[in-house]
Amino acid sequence: MLLNIENLQAQIDEKVILKGLNLQVNAGEVHAIMGPNGAGKSTLASVLAGREDYEVSAGAVDFDGEDLLALDPEERARKGLFLAFQYPVEIPGVSNKLFMQTAVNAVRQERGLPALDMFDFDEFAKERIALLEMRADLLERSVNVGFSGGEKKRNDIFQMALLEPKLCIMDETDSGLDIDALRLVANGVNALRSPQRSFIVVTHYQRLLDYIKPDHVHVLYDGRIIKSGGFELALELEKNGYDEIIQQYQNA
Amino acid sequence: MAEAKQMIDLTPAQSEYEEINQILQKKFNYREGFETKTHVETFEKGINEQVVRAISAKKNEPQWMLDFRLKAFAHWQTMREPHWAKAKYAPLDYQDYSYYSAPECGNCAGSCGTDDAQAIDPEVAKAFAALGVPIGDNDANVAVDAIFDSISVSTTKREELAKYGIIFCSFSEAVQEHPELVQKYMGTVVPYYDNYFAALNSAVASDGTFVYVPPGVRCPMDLSTYFRINEAKTGQFERTILVAEKGSYVSYLEGCSAPVRDTYQLHAAVVEVIVHEDAEVKYSTVQNWYPGDENCEGGILNFVTKRGICEGRNAKLSWTQAETGSAITWKYPSCILKGDNSIGEFYSVALTNRRQQADTGTKMIHIGKNTRSTIISKGLSAGKSDNTYRGEVKILASAEGARNFTQCDSMLIGDQCGAHTFPYIEVENATAQIEHEATTSRIGEDQLFYCQQRGISEQDAISMIVNGFCKEVFSELPLEFAQEAEELLAISLEGSVG
Repeated sequence: MLLNIENLQAQIDEKVILKGLNLQVNAGEVHAIMGPNGAGKSTLASVLAGREDYEVSAGAVDFDGEDLLALDPEERARKGLFLAFQYPVEIPGVSNKLFMQTAVNAVRQERGLPALDMFDFDEFAKERIALLEMRADLLERSVNVGFSGGEKKRNDIFQMALLEPKLCIMDETDSGLDIDALRLVANGVNALRSPQRSFIVVTHYQRLLDYIKPDHVHVLYDGRIIKSGGFELALELEKNGYDEIIQQYQNA
Repeated sequence: MAEAKQMIDLTPAQSEYEEINQILQKKFNYREGFETKTHVETFEKGINEQVVRAISAKKNEPQWMLDFRLKAFAHWQTMREPHWAKAKYAPLDYQDYSYYSAPECGNCAGSCGTDDAQAIDPEVAKAFAALGVPIGDNDANVAVDAIFDSISVSTTKREELAKYGIIFCSFSEAVQEHPELVQKYMGTVVPYYDNYFAALNSAVASDGTFVYVPPGVRCPMDLSTYFRINEAKTGQFERTILVAEKGSYVSYLEGCSAPVRDTYQLHAAVVEVIVHEDAEVKYSTVQNWYPGDENCEGGILNFVTKRGICEGRNAKLSWTQAETGSAITWKYPSCILKGDNSIGEFYSVALTNRRQQADTGTKMIHIGKNTRSTIISKGLSAGKSDNTYRGEVKILASAEGARNFTQCDSMLIGDQCGAHTFPYIEVENATAQIEHEATTSRIGEDQLFYCQQRGISEQDAISMIVNGFCKEVFSELPLEFAQEAEELLAISLEGSVG
C-alpha cells in the first residue's frame, strides 16, 4: 500500500476540520475526493503536504512505509509526494528553469542520483514539454508570473512531470478553468498515469473526472469520508447532488 | 480605535513569520572578520590642528595639500553632525578615534613618504590573500590598489597601464607625482565644505585611489580598490579621484571589509568622478563592512560622499552598488549631468539584517539638454533592520528635454523590519519627463511553502527569491562581482547558504 490514512484529525485555529478520516491508496490507483464546500477537501491536501497552519491532533499517515506526519514538507516532496496547488504561487525574478532544476536535483539527491547540470536538465525538461505539448518558452519565464489561470495549473502539471512523484495530490485543480484548459490539464495528468504512480484528485465537480477516470470515488463531508464507490458514484452525485447522500449519512 | 484594530490584525502575522525570523537569527557568519596582527604605527586618539598637520607631514605633502586640509578642518569645526537620515545613532566622540594608522614598512621604518611595493608587510599580504585580493602580479585581468587602514600597500599592473598613459596609483602618490592633476580636480565635485563628513575627510584624508584615463583610451582591464580597516578605533578616510578624459572608458570596482570589533568604526570617504565629453565610467561597489554584533554594536559607520560630474557632451556615468554590510550606511552616489545628452545611472541593492540601518539612494541633477538618468533601487530588509531609499531628481531650467526613470522596489523578509522611500523630485523645465515606479513586496509563507513542496529547502528558497528580486541590478555588475554579491547576500541572510 502506498498511502494509509487512519483516523486523521486536524484543526486550524481551534476549529476542527478533519474528524477521523480513513483512506487507503494502492500504487497506480486514482482516487477522487468529492464533497461540498467546507467539507475539508483542501485541508486534507494541505495536511498531507505538511502545511504548518494545520495542527494534526490525532491519527496516523503511512506513506510508502514511513511516518509521513514526522517529515518536513520538503522531505515529503523529496520522497515523492506532490501537491498541485489550487492557487499556484508566483515567484517574480526566479525562472521556471532555475526553480525546477533546483527542485529536480533535491529530489534526485534523495534518490541517490547525481545532480543534472544545466544541459542535462534542459534536455530532460524539453522532452517533458513535448510530452505535455506545452510552449517551449515556459522554462525561461518567471515562476507563474503573468501566467493565466490555466497556464499556472499546467505549469504545476509540468512540475509534476519533472519530479516524477509516487503520489500526486491535485487540490481543486479544475477550479477556475474553462473547458479547453480543463481538457489540457487532464490530458497532462493522463499522460503521467502509470502503474507506479497514484493520484488523489480533490474536486468539487464531476467535470474533471470525465477526463481523468478515477478507480475510486469518495464523498467527504464534515471531516469524514461518508461514502465510497466506483466512478458511478461520481455520476450519481452529478445527477442528484450531495444532499441525498448527506441525508442518508445523518439518518444512519 | 483604528490603531487598536491594527494591533489585532498583526497578531497572526507574527506567528506566521516566526519561522523566517528563526532562520534569520541563525549565527551570522562574517567571513572577513579576522584581525591582522602586525607592527603598526597608529596616531594617538583625537583630532586637532596638530593631528591634521602631522598626517600631512607623515605623507610628506606639499604646502597646497596641507592648506587644503587646514581650510577643511577649520570649516569642519563650524559644522554640526547631521542626523536627518532615517538612522538612529548617538553623536560620535571624534576625539575617541585615531586618524592615522599604517603598517610599518620594514625597510625604512616608515620614514619614506610613499609606499614601496617591494616591502609589503607579510602579515598584511596574508590578510589580502585570505580576502582573495590579488596584490602581487597576477594573470587576472584586473589591476588592484589595496588599502590597509590609512595607507595604500600595493598597486598592481601599473606598468602595463602606463603604456596606455593610464595613471592608477594611490592618492598619496598622486599628490607627489601628479600634483597638477590632483590640484585641478580635487574638491571640484565634492567641495571641502559640502557636508560634515566630506569636510572631515578633506581634513584628515588618509589614502585612496587616483585614476586618470587619457583622451581616447579604453582601459583594457578593470581597475579596483580593496579597502580594509584593521586597527580598532580607527577611522578610514579615503579620498578617491577618477578622471576620464574625452572619449575614454574605464570600469572601476571597489570592495570593503573589516575585522569584528566591539566598538563602532568610522568610515567617511569621498569619491569624485569627472567624466569628460564622450567618455564613460562604470563605478561598481560591493560593500561588506562589518555590520556589528546582534545589535549592530561595533559595526562600521559608513558615511560616504560619492559624486560624479558628466562634464562634457554624451558623457556617461554609471554607479552600481551592492550594500550588505555596515551598522549604518549613509550614502548617495550622485550624478551631475552638465554636458548635453549626458547619461547618469544608479543601480543599487541594499540589504539590511538584524538592526542594520541603511539610508541610501542617489541624486540626479540635470543641467544639460536631453540629459537622461535611470535609477533602479532594490531594498531588502530582514530582521529588525530599517532600509531607506532617499533619492532626488532635479531638473534645472536649462535641462530642455531631460528624462528620468526611477524604479524603487522594496522587499520585506519577516515582520519586524522596515522599508522606507523618500523620493524628492524638483522640476524647473516643463519639457522634462519623469517616471517613478515603486513596489513593496515580502517573502510570504505561501512562496516558501510552494518551494518546499517542490523539495527545495527553506533557506535555498529564500536565497533564490532574493536573488531573483535583485537580478536587474546584479546584471549590471562585472561578472565576478555579481557572483560575489549573490554569495554575500546569501551569507548575510542565513549564514550557512553559500
